[in-house]
Amino acid sequence: MIELEGLTKRYGEKVAVDHLTFTVRPGIVTGFLGPNGAGKSTTMRMILGLDHPTAGDVRIDGTHYERLQDPLTYIGALLEAKGVHPGRSAYNHLLWLAQSNGIPERRVREVLDEVGLTAVARKKAKGFSLGMGQRLGIAAALLGDPRILMFDEPVNGLDPEGIHWIRTLMKSLAQQGRTVFVSSHLMSEMALTADHLVVIGQGRLLADTSMAQFIERNSRSYVRVRSPQREALLDALHQAGVTAVDGPDGTLEVDGTPAGTIGELAAANGVVLHELSPQQASLEEAFMQLTAESVEYHAHAGTPLPPQQQQRQQQQWGESWRKG
Amino acid sequence: MATAQVVRSEWTKIRSVASTVWTLSTAVVVTIALGMLISALSKNEFDNLSQREKLSFDPTFISFAGTGLGQLAMIVFGVLVVSNEYSTGMIRASLAAVPKRGVFLFSKLAVATALVFVVGMATSFATFFLGQLMLGDLKASIGDDGVLRAVFGGGLYMTLIALFSMGVATMLRSPMLSLGILMPFFFLISNILGNVSATEKVGRFLPDQAGSKIMQVVTPVDDDTPYGPWGGLGIMALWVIAAVVGGYVLLKRRDAQ
Ligand SMILES: Nc1ncnc2c1ncn2[C@@H]1O[C@H](COP(=O)(O)OP(=O)(O)O)[C@@H](O)[C@H]1O
Ligand SMILES: [Mg+2]
Repeated sequence: MIELEGLTKRYGEKVAVDHLTFTVRPGIVTGFLGPNGAGKSTTMRMILGLDHPTAGDVRIDGTHYERLQDPLTYIGALLEAKGVHPGRSAYNHLLWLAQSNGIPERRVREVLDEVGLTAVARKKAKGFSLGMGQRLGIAAALLGDPRILMFDEPVNGLDPEGIHWIRTLMKSLAQQGRTVFVSSHLMSEMALTADHLVVIGQGRLLADTSMAQFIERNSRSYVRVRSPQREALLDALHQAGVTAVDGPDGTLEVDGTPAGTIGELAAANGVVLHELSPQQASLEEAFMQLTAESVEYHAHAGTPLPPQQQQRQQQQWGESWRKG
Repeated sequence: MATAQVVRSEWTKIRSVASTVWTLSTAVVVTIALGMLISALSKNEFDNLSQREKLSFDPTFISFAGTGLGQLAMIVFGVLVVSNEYSTGMIRASLAAVPKRGVFLFSKLAVATALVFVVGMATSFATFFLGQLMLGDLKASIGDDGVLRAVFGGGLYMTLIALFSMGVATMLRSPMLSLGILMPFFFLISNILGNVSATEKVGRFLPDQAGSKIMQVVTPVDDDTPYGPWGGLGIMALWVIAAVVGGYVLLKRRDAQ
């Protein structure tokens, strides 16, 4: 378990991580989602005690990272920057890591086998492809057989086969009861692997929710309606007990009523329609909107958002985005 | 226990990169070869020396004439041992594995220093005996007064130079910046400061000038250096302590990058 409490990091003027409070639980894959520059890597470095927090606290199974005895046996991490000496072989890279934490040398061979690098174990790391480097990083994370694993953008630059391998690996690690915390800037990637989702933007917590709930909230289908007789259409819908909300550019959006029914209602009331189209909001769109709102929120710090936007925000995010 | 693990791990790091071998072997070869060359030249020139110069003639010190150049390779070794961590981004893996930064740094320095000590001692004795061979009948003997101290001190000098470089590299992190400061400093600036009369008195408190006093057996005529061989080495050791402590404090405070 990883617990963050008001974790904050400032680099000079720049607030990279802003009062993050959340918990990463065992037995599931927790996705850490946010656009580039949101503060994911910085958060992960603070979890490992590499960057000192400006404020707040983070604990691994209740203990500060610095106080863990043989930390690689508690938590293994794949960081963004690879951190391998190009002139050293994969085997020796894993060997020094193992020795520093009292891990038997046998584990070096085991993890090399597990990630499929046995054949190139004695080759210098500088000849490794991106995918091989990523596999070596994962081997290092697995070395101490830790209960907690953390991966920073593990699928970046991998081929489809490598991506599939990593997804399967993360799921199986979680199934074994381990804590798996994985970052990405791609919603689509998270949707495929994560059971739980922590979304950040500009260093702030935007959502901390189960994946199922996130999908249910955000993959809503609705009907977009455009009419020159907007008021007449609203009356007609209202009389039939159908609620419509304002969409962009003067359109109306109707949840939970088929397009056909709306068309018939309009016809029965003699309302002209210019558009009647079923819509599906993708998770990616939902994510982009969520993070765009975080930018908006920052830009307007102090001044309230325009009412229309405020309404949409509340509808889509309920309390979840405000939890932070 | 835990420190023993880290020492072992640092030994694996040091022996598994090529730069260890080429920097140390360059230091050995340059120190010995140049020492032999200058010893041979000195022998041939001896008859042309003035009486005063003959009195100051120090066969032991002459055989260490290669140290000035050879130490540059020791400096490269010391700098690379530390700054490789930063230039490759390995520092993050290292500090994630060993979050107690003092244990990390002092294990690394202990391993690298022990290695330089062994290589430096071997080089020092080899350069002395081979240099004396070149000097023929002008040679000093290891049993002469102060000679063993000078030869042993030569090994210590090389060790301290490397350790000083490790401390500086821990502070500066970048290999280019560290080498860009240390190499010209020890090769040029220190010599200039030491030979210009206006700065001479300051120059002799610099780490290399103070430290190299240990390799001197015959005190030059009208020498007014205010410290003896061990005093000089002590001054050098203070520089080393300052560099290492500075490195430790910065490592402790900074983010790992
Ligand atoms: N060492 C650093 N010094 C200064 N700014 C930094 C440093 N590391 C990260 N940042 C800044 O902090 C913000 C968050 O970066 P990062 O954590 O890398 O985001 P992410 O991993 O989500 O892409 C960015 O604006 C980045 O430029
Ligand atoms: Mg990142």
